[in-house]
Amino acid sequence: MATTVFMEALSPTMEEGRLVKWHKREGDAVQVGETLAEVETDKAIMDLQARADGILRQVAVAEGQTVPVGKEIAVIVAPGEAVGATPAPAPRPAPASASGSGERGAVPSVTVSAVAPADATRVKASPLAKRMAKEAGVDLKLLQGSGPGGRVVRRDLEGAESRERGAVPTGAPTADAARDVPLPAPRSPDVPGARASYDDVPLTQIRKTIAKRLATSLGPVPHFFLTTEVDMERAAEARDALNRQLGDRGKVSFNDVILKATALALTKHRACNAWFQEDHIRYWNEVHIGMAVAVEDGLITPVIRNADVKPLLEIGREAGDLADKARSRRLQPHEYTGSTFSVSNLGMFDIDQFTAVINPPEAGIIAVGSIVQKPVVVDATVLPRRRMRITMSCDHRVIDGATGAGFLKTLKEMLENPLAMLL
Amino acid sequence: MPNSFDVIIIGGGPAGYVAAIRAAQLGLATALVEKEKLGGVCVNIGCIPTKALLHSAYIARLLREAKEFGIDAGAVKTDYGVAMQRSRRVSDQNSKGVEFLMKKNKVTVVKGTGVLQPGKKVKVGSDSYEARKAVIVATGSRVKGLPQIGLEINKSTVISSDEALFLEQAPASMAVVGAGAVGMEFADIFHAFGTKVTLIEVLPRILPLEDAEASDALTKSYKKRGIEVLAGAKVTKANVGKDRVALDVEANGAKQKVEAAVVLMAAGRAVNTENIGLKEAGVQLNDRGFIKVDQNLQTTTPGVYAIGDVAGPPMLAHKGFREGVVVAEQVAGRRPHPIKYDNVPSVTYCHPEVASIGLTEDQCKERKLDYVVGRFPFSANGRARGTGETEGFVKIIRDKKYGEILGAHIVGSPASELIHELAVARENEYTVEEVELAIHAHPTMSEAVAEAALDSLGRAIHM
Repeated sequence: MATTVFMEALSPTMEEGRLVKWHKREGDAVQVGETLAEVETDKAIMDLQARADGILRQVAVAEGQTVPVGKEIAVIVAPGEAVGATPAPAPRPAPASASGSGERGAVPSVTVSAVAPADATRVKASPLAKRMAKEAGVDLKLLQGSGPGGRVVRRDLEGAESRERGAVPTGAPTADAARDVPLPAPRSPDVPGARASYDDVPLTQIRKTIAKRLATSLGPVPHFFLTTEVDMERAAEARDALNRQLGDRGKVSFNDVILKATALALTKHRACNAWFQEDHIRYWNEVHIGMAVAVEDGLITPVIRNADVKPLLEIGREAGDLADKARSRRLQPHEYTGSTFSVSNLGMFDIDQFTAVINPPEAGIIAVGSIVQKPVVVDATVLPRRRMRITMSCDHRVIDGATGAGFLKTLKEMLENPLAMLL
Repeated sequence: MPNSFDVIIIGGGPAGYVAAIRAAQLGLATALVEKEKLGGVCVNIGCIPTKALLHSAYIARLLREAKEFGIDAGAVKTDYGVAMQRSRRVSDQNSKGVEFLMKKNKVTVVKGTGVLQPGKKVKVGSDSYEARKAVIVATGSRVKGLPQIGLEINKSTVISSDEALFLEQAPASMAVVGAGAVGMEFADIFHAFGTKVTLIEVLPRILPLEDAEASDALTKSYKKRGIEVLAGAKVTKANVGKDRVALDVEANGAKQKVEAAVVLMAAGRAVNTENIGLKEAGVQLNDRGFIKVDQNLQTTTPGVYAIGDVAGPPMLAHKGFREGVVVAEQVAGRRPHPIKYDNVPSVTYCHPEVASIGLTEDQCKERKLDYVVGRFPFSANGRARGTGETEGFVKIIRDKKYGEILGAHIVGSPASELIHELAVARENEYTVEEVELAIHAHPTMSEAVAEAALDSLGRAIHM
């Protein structure tokens, strides 16, 4: 029996997927569990696996095409099994000419060879949506439907009425649109196009998700910010000593130390290790640290679970692995969900200080700047000291000023006197 | 029997058994825990046996009026005991049907009371079962009395639907407290079997959740056939005797006494949330006593879902069905379409039937919507005249600007069947024009739906 292959939801938030590469071709034998294709989700590139044994047939989606979750993309049939071939568009009888007999059922002998597929210009929309669109002067072709099978329904129109006409088309077919080109080549806005005064670059899946996620943060989440400067002299000494002792057994980075100290400080300030959940606050007993990683065309926060109980070397190894996976877009959903607090470090980019956007439902994130030598007064003497600025963004619905300050003070103490981590 | 499953469902009523079937269809190893017969209240002591009894009532009424149609059935004698026995057979058939469906879909049925334990475990008696993916709580609801005014269910003179469904004979007189769907249906049944029925509703009109025009139509119909209807009437005191109950009823400032051999309590239901381990597993209730769920029907404990009556109103089998399907699909990793709770039809199967979907006219007024009403009475419908079923009407409320169907209300003998045309229309966002454009066969009572749609556009043909 034929088994339909669907575009599957390969991440919890995936709504559509871009078919990056077919690993199997039409006619290839496939087995359950074998990778059929690579699919770019909103988060990563994942494998789409065969759910039946047989022969791959009727591959309906070309590499590079983006289709909604649930769309049929191929069929797996038993060897020798005939496939109900997709019926070719039935030739439509040509309209009887004005002088024709008008006889019903008289099929003219002229065969119409090229009938445009019925779907080419058809817009899937509910009658109500069509009516609302007509009234509001909205072109339905410019809207992305959220109903069954991508149908435009009432909720897609709500808000669209106030939108400027002629907004950026999301999927409007143009005569020569190169829709089968694989990944859109990353284009930098500052490179002038050949003729056009601007380029419209379709959003990649990850950028769509970033846009959606961040708009649920800085807008609705009441942020406030706390900054402190940390003396990293002793942390630097301790790290040097550790790395000397470790030799080739591994290296500890400043980032590892900051991740570890943050996790430990959170165990002492549960109020900051929390999720805002609309009608309740979930205070976490476990500490899972999200670590912002820049990837091509975006960022993602893989999670170091139970970072408070993991040894430094383990954190370093995990952080390295996760960052590598993130950059090659191979993170599995469980590796980037469930963090309870996040750390964003732009120290390596020579940023002194910045503010980070909270990753909801988390209640806080710290933004780590670079470590720089500064003249500092110590015991009435001006000395060069390595200093680092950290800024905490707090969700005021969960964390109050003093609460955040208390956490930051503990973190500062731990970094300034690494032995304090053992307290 | 294995003690580890992908999904364990507590409760084999409409929500639970449907969740089990859908989960099994999606390849999940599924167990269903049920302490009584499969099918729950609906199949055993609710929807199904009452429909059998209502049909007996309908036949009795038909035979009494048969002379006009040229058939002399003589003196019509009724026997509630026989009708009751038939309704039991219908229920048993349906319950067996559910059992068969469990076997067919390879769902493991565990007999006993399921108690939720922390960590997605369920205890049944001394056995413990573990769910790898999810536990679904579908424990349903039960009847309740009004002990605060002395109307505690004693199963002899003060009964609930649970007892009414097993009576050997119809009582001489009955006071029905509560005129929602349950009260309306039992009033209809017992009146047809010769009981003197008084229907008491505390809210200003019977069928208080339906459109006011539907309430009015049913009040007229019931009064005409000799059912006493007291709306806006509060029972202030009850004197429960051995074979008689005297009720003090206050209606519109006037006091009166209602005496009956039996009082049938049909005023609300209580959800089954006690002694099933909810608290211990961290599952919280909301302030109305239902299990608190998020939009995915997940409770406050991750991996534990609630569906059906325990998860909140409307307490209807078909709402539970859909929740069962949706949760099963979610647990299996699918992305089901979200449930449109504003598009759940509501049906009362009394004669004439009352069916509705969407907003009532009063709700449209409260929301200050710009609307137009279209109506068509069955008295103007040829088919209805032929069958003598001319009571009732179709009422469609449409949005003035776009023609969106805001609400639809049908009173009439086939209302329960006719409403689905409008359910499909609303689900797909058809406006009144699409409903009217669809050609309706003549003569049918469905024509009244198209005519009501036309009437809302100011151009009904047959009126």
